[in-house]
Amino acid sequence: MRLIFVLILTMAIATFVGLGLTWNTATRGVEIGTLTIGPWTARPRIGTSEIDPYARATVARSGELPIGAGDGITFRATADNSGKKLDGRCDVIVSGVTPAARFWTLTVYDLKGKLVANGLQRYGFTSQEVVRASDGSFTVHVAPRARAGNWLPTGGVSRYQLLLRLYDTPVGVATRSQKDAPLPSITMAGCS
Amino acid sequence: MIRWLFAILGGILLGGVVHLVSVLALPRIASQDAYARLAPMLKLNAVTPLPDATPGTAPMPFMDPAFAAAACKYDLSNGSIKLKVPVSQAYTSVSFYTNEDISYYAINDRSAGRKVIELDLMTPQQKAALPEDEDITAADRLIIESPTKTGLIVMRALAAEPGLMTQAKASLAAASCKVQSEISQPKRR
Repeated sequence: MRLIFVLILTMAIATFVGLGLTWNTATRGVEIGTLTIGPWTARPRIGTSEIDPYARATVARSGELPIGAGDGITFRATADNSGKKLDGRCDVIVSGVTPAARFWTLTVYDLKGKLVANGLQRYGFTSQEVVRASDGSFTVHVAPRARAGNWLPTGGVSRYQLLLRLYDTPVGVATRSQKDAPLPSITMAGCS
Repeated sequence: MIRWLFAILGGILLGGVVHLVSVLALPRIASQDAYARLAPMLKLNAVTPLPDATPGTAPMPFMDPAFAAAACKYDLSNGSIKLKVPVSQAYTSVSFYTNEDISYYAINDRSAGRKVIELDLMTPQQKAALPEDEDITAADRLIIESPTKTGLIVMRALAAEPGLMTQAKASLAAASCKVQSEISQPKRR
C-alpha cells in the first residue's frame, strides 16, 4: 500500500517538474544558441534547418513563422539597457545606429506577439521612414503620448517588446559581439 | 523516510525525461502553430494573399507590419512546384517552411538577381528522377529540395513607407505557384 503512494508521489513530481520546465522554456525561451548584444537577443539559427529543439518548441507554441536566415534576422528586447522591463506607460528612447542591412524595421508587440493597437495605426518604423540626425544615427521615442520626431505609440500597455529586424544583412550565425553588429541603446526616461 | 527521499529524487529525474520528451513532441502536437493557423485560409498549390498585419487581422503573431505577405500551401505528391514571384520596388523575399514551421530555405530579390524570382520546388526523389542529359538542370534554373511533401511558401514584399503598401501587394498578386505536370511523368529510358 505504501509503495503505491510512493509511486504516485514520484509520478506526480515527474509530471509537475517535466511539464513545468517545458512550459517555462517554451514560453520564455532558453539561452541556447542565442546572440545577446546589449538589451537585444537574437537566435541566428531559428531561420535554418539547424534550429534547436527549444527554439522549435517556442515557435510551435507562439504560432509565429521565423524569418529565414537568407531573408534576415530578428533582435528582440524586453528590457532596457539597465535591465528594467519595458513599460508602455514610460518614455523609452531607442537611439543609435544599426548594423549593415538593406532594410530594417523596428516594431512594438505585446508579450504574445500581437501588434499594439493605437489610433495612429503606427506599429513600427522602417529604415526608410525614420528621421535621422546628420551623422546617420536615429532616435525613436516609444511612448504613450505624442513626441516630436520619431514617435512609436505604446497605447499605454504595461509590458511590451521591441523587435528590430534586419533584412538582407551579413549579421547572423558568425556574429559574436557589438563590434560586428552595433545595435541601438534603449533607455527608459520618465514614467507617467 | 529514505523511501520518500527516493520517491522525490526519482520524480525529479523522471521529470527531466518528461521535459525532454515533451519539448521534442511539442512541435508535433501544437495545434495553434503557424502552419495550423494559415493552412485553412490557403488554397492548395496557389498563391493566397495573407490578411494585413494589424492588431485585429494578423493571422499569426510577430508579423512585420511593414510587409505585404502572400503564401502558397504546397503538396508535392502530384509533381514539383514552379514558383514565380515578381520583384517589388523595395525588397522581396521568398521563404520556405516545412509543415512543422522549420524555415529550410529563404532567398531575397538581390540573391536571386533578377526581376522575377523563379524557383522549382521538389522532393529529393523528384530531383533524383530529373533527366540529367537535358539542359533544364542548367544553372539558370534554381531547384530547391523540400524535406517534406507539404509545407508553406511565404512571399513578402516590403512597403518601405505606408503609402507603398498597395504597390507591394500588387507585385505579390502577380506571383504564381503551380504544380508542374511534366516533372511527375515517369523517367524516360
